[in-house]
This record gives sequence, structure tokens and C-alpha cells, in this order.
Amino acid sequence: MNEKYEAVIGLEVHAQLLTESKAFCSCSTKFGNVPNSNVCPVCLGHPGVLPVLNKKVVEFITLMGLATNCTINERSVFARKNYFYPDLPKGYQISQYELPVCEHGFVTVTSKDRDKKKVGITRIHMEEDAGKSIHDQAFETLVDVNRCGVPLIEIVSEPDIRSAEEAVQYLTKLRQIVQYLEICDGNMEEGSLRCDANISVRKKGQKEFGTKTEIKNMNSFRNLEKAINFEIERQIEIIEDGGKIIQQTLLWNPDKNEAVPMRSKEEAHDYRYFPEPDLLPVIITESWKKEIAAKLPELPEVRRERFVRDFNLPVYDAEILTLNKGIADYYEDIVKVTKDFKSASNWVMGDVLKIINEEKIDIKDFPIKAENLGELINLINEGTISGKIAKDIFPIMLKEQKSPLEIVKEKNLVQISSSSEIENVIVKILEDHSSEVNTYFEGKEKVFGFFVGQVMKATNGKANPKIVNDILKAKLEKLRN
Amino acid sequence: MAVTKKDVEYIAELARLKFTDEELEKFTGQLNEILSYVEKLNELDTSNVEPLSHPVEGSNVFREDIVKPSIDREDALRNAPDRNELFFKVPKVIGGE
Repeated sequence: MNEKYEAVIGLEVHAQLLTESKAFCSCSTKFGNVPNSNVCPVCLGHPGVLPVLNKKVVEFITLMGLATNCTINERSVFARKNYFYPDLPKGYQISQYELPVCEHGFVTVTSKDRDKKKVGITRIHMEEDAGKSIHDQAFETLVDVNRCGVPLIEIVSEPDIRSAEEAVQYLTKLRQIVQYLEICDGNMEEGSLRCDANISVRKKGQKEFGTKTEIKNMNSFRNLEKAINFEIERQIEIIEDGGKIIQQTLLWNPDKNEAVPMRSKEEAHDYRYFPEPDLLPVIITESWKKEIAAKLPELPEVRRERFVRDFNLPVYDAEILTLNKGIADYYEDIVKVTKDFKSASNWVMGDVLKIINEEKIDIKDFPIKAENLGELINLINEGTISGKIAKDIFPIMLKEQKSPLEIVKEKNLVQISSSSEIENVIVKILEDHSSEVNTYFEGKEKVFGFFVGQVMKATNGKANPKIVNDILKAKLEKLRN
Repeated sequence: MAVTKKDVEYIAELARLKFTDEELEKFTGQLNEILSYVEKLNELDTSNVEPLSHPVEGSNVFREDIVKPSIDREDALRNAPDRNELFFKVPKVIGGE
């Protein structure tokens, strides 16, 4: 970014709530059902029907508000947001306007340099999702109403964010929180977590905000970062060339890596909000709030600190392990079996996360049970197998879902720790490689590794490396003299 | 605050309605008559009265988060002016969402 400028960014994040039924009717919220099968007269917008609020939606948004340091308003009211689009059968979206449930919160984000920063949350409100339009037909648009009425919360940030990197950190934090609360699965690709960004730039030191634009359609963290950087550069270029920023909405095109303005007619919105007469106000009393607060789980930051304290882990490890609740649970299940906390952390951060990221699977679907991974670590520490053999057993565990001890027995992989057995192997190898032995005596100590390799080869990798090193050294010294 | 013909055109546009010039003139007059009639309410001092969001008393009407059978897809699509086996069909929506 041009040194003279700074960016001012605010995010609007929509999170689809993990309720069984829709916000205002009893239809299923299940994703991927046959089109137009999760519908009823309420979500189809038939005349004369009345919405009834799902109590869980209020509980979920209150949890989110408490987890993000918001004030929970005692009284909140629904409003109608009016606009025409085929995937909105009623012609209005039920949302909240003047009296949302949550206001004045914040989350703390940590940058790569470990700097902490507060990002303010202006408000969090309840609303319903729209349906899905399919535009790939030649002459018509197809509409699937299944998603209509699925509950959402919209989280609006203060314009506190100053870079694309910070925006990614903020959204990562929100996703982490909704996943810990188990109120949203946080899947950006499937659209259960969506994000729009308001972006402006100004000269450093300038107090007033510049004219902002809004970017929509960023369905991954990568696209969010790319889109914001694109827009910051675009705006600075216009200002440097003496131009003016036009307030407009842009759509991010991930294939072309550019943001394209929506046609002015498409963005000419006048929503004419007014209180929704079909739904009564929601009152969250102090006692109900307390009841909900009692359900708050241990939040990511608290858990991270506990991991550092109880398992003696570096902050870096604790942060990675607690990023995702499932991963943190998995780690805690491992250390129920083994007391080698750091090894457990290394296995999870290395081998386990590698597979999860490569295969794009959820930790719930990871084939190795935590207790088996704990047992594998114990087998290494007890000297039953070497670390190298453990790395060979791991892929077998992925495929066969057997306990590591079973695999070790079946494939005869128990480490050879018998000194006499190893000594016999070494004596033979030194006899067979007399020229290498001479090279070693000439001062080329690297050849030592060659001997170790030969011993491992002869024992199928099962020889205890420490014992091999000790005996090999002793034998060579004996030969030298 | 008199309503102009331009206001009526704008409201009609938002409601996706098309009117003839004659109709626009007529509605402009009628809307102004209605507004000046309601204007009478402004004679009351309401500075100490909270805005009313709901005409009825009450709050917290909820349902539990339980799925109940929806209506049949065939029934859902029955009233549609145009459809195929699975979807509602509407005239092509051009451009972004």
C-alpha cells in the first residue's frame, strides 16, 4: 500500500444459525435437500399466514452477543426490509433495524507480530435468509425457496480495521467464536458464513473518512484478502490521479481477480424499513440472560491460556490447537492417554493437520482415534518402537483403524533394543565395508551416517537408534586402536 | 410536505407499477389530500410519547426449535404461474444479485 494512505474498513458478516427448523416456521433448515421441499405457506409468503419466532434463534444471538462483549438489549423489535427479488417471495425480509438484540461489543484480534487490537462491533441482529436463484438457464431464472427463512445473524463491525490482513484476522476470530458456541458451522465456501466489506482510504493523519465503497461476494478468506487489497489500490490510484471515489457497490469476481461495479439500478435500494407488525417484541430479561450465559462454553482465548498453563505448551502451539474447537477437543482426548503434551501437540500440528487440510475434512471425520494417537506416542516413549517406525505406522492407522500396538505386533515392528543383537549386525557391517571404515579413520566422519543407515537397512528400521549410535561409536574406536 | 409527481413516480417504481401520465396526476392529487387529512395529527404535542412499534400489548411469542412436516413440493409449486418439475420459474434476472 502507498505509504501516504491508510485504509478504513468495516465488515458485515452473516452467519447462518445451526437450528433444526427455520426462524419463523417449522420447516427444516437442512442443506442440500431436493429444491422446494423444505417449504410451507409461511416461508412461501402466502397471504394470511403468520410467522412465529424460533426461541433458539434468540438464545443463539444472545450467546454470540455475550461472547463478543456486547450489551444485550432488554427489548428488541423486528422490522421489514422491503425489496423485490424473485428469491424473496414476501417482497420483504424480516430483519431488525432500530432495536437489534446486541450492540457496542468488541473482539480482540492478534496480528502475526502478536500485537493485540480491539475491533468494535456496532451491532448484531437477527434476520432471515433469502432463497436461491439459479441463473444458468437461457430464458428464465429458477428459484429454490428451501433456504428462505433460515435464521441468520448479521454482525456489523465498527470501521476499526486498517488492512486486508486485519480483516482476515477479524473474520477468523468471528468464525472461531461461532464454532466454539456451536451456533454456526462457519463454512465460507458453502455460504454459511458470508462477508461484505465497506472500504475507504484517507491520507494518514486525516480525521475524516473518505468516500466508501462496498464489496460483496467474497466466499473465502483468500478472496476477502485479495478483494480488499484490490479495492484499496484502486481507490488510492484514483485519488493520486486527482479523481474522486464514487460511492457504489462492487462485486468481487474471483476468476478475474477484480471487483466490478454493480449497475446503479441494481443498487438503487430504498428499503423503507418499518416495524414488523406480525411479530411481537422480544424481551430478554436479566434472568433469561443469566440462563443463557450459563451455557457459554470455554471460549478460545481462555482455552488457549489454559493449554499454555496446564500442558506447558508454547503460545504458538496453543494458538494453533485452539483455533478450531474440534481440533482442541481432539488434542485434549490425546493427552488423556499420554502425558507427553509436547509430542501430542507436534503430532496434531504436523501429521494430523496436514491430512485434514489436504483432504479438506473435518476433524470429526479424521480416521485415527485420539486415544490411538496417544498410544502411539506412548509406544515411542516406552521404547517399543522408534520415532521413525511411528511415522510408518501412522499411514497404516489412517487406513486400517487398528490400534498402533496391534499394527506393531502384526507387522513385527517392535524396536530391537537388545545390545547383543545390534552388536552382531554392526560387527558384520563393519567387516563388509572395510574401505568405508578406512575412509572414516581418515577423518571423514560423515561416513558414520552411512553405517547407521546400513544397520537400519539390515534391521528393517527397527534398531533402537540410540543403542546403534553408542555401539557403533564404541566399535569404531576399538578398531581405530 | 406536498407530494410531487416525481415522488409518485418513484414510489411506483419501487412497487414495480407502471402508470399513465393521467394516472400519475390523479394519484399525486389524491395522495396530497390523504396527507393533508392526516396532517391534523401533527397538531398534537407528542414530544413526550414513545413511538409505538406494535398496536397490541405482549411480547415473547415463541415456538420451540422442532421440525414439522412441510407441505408437499407439488402443492408448493401448484400456484406458480410458471414452473418445472422442481423449481419456480421467473423471467430471467439479468446481472448480479
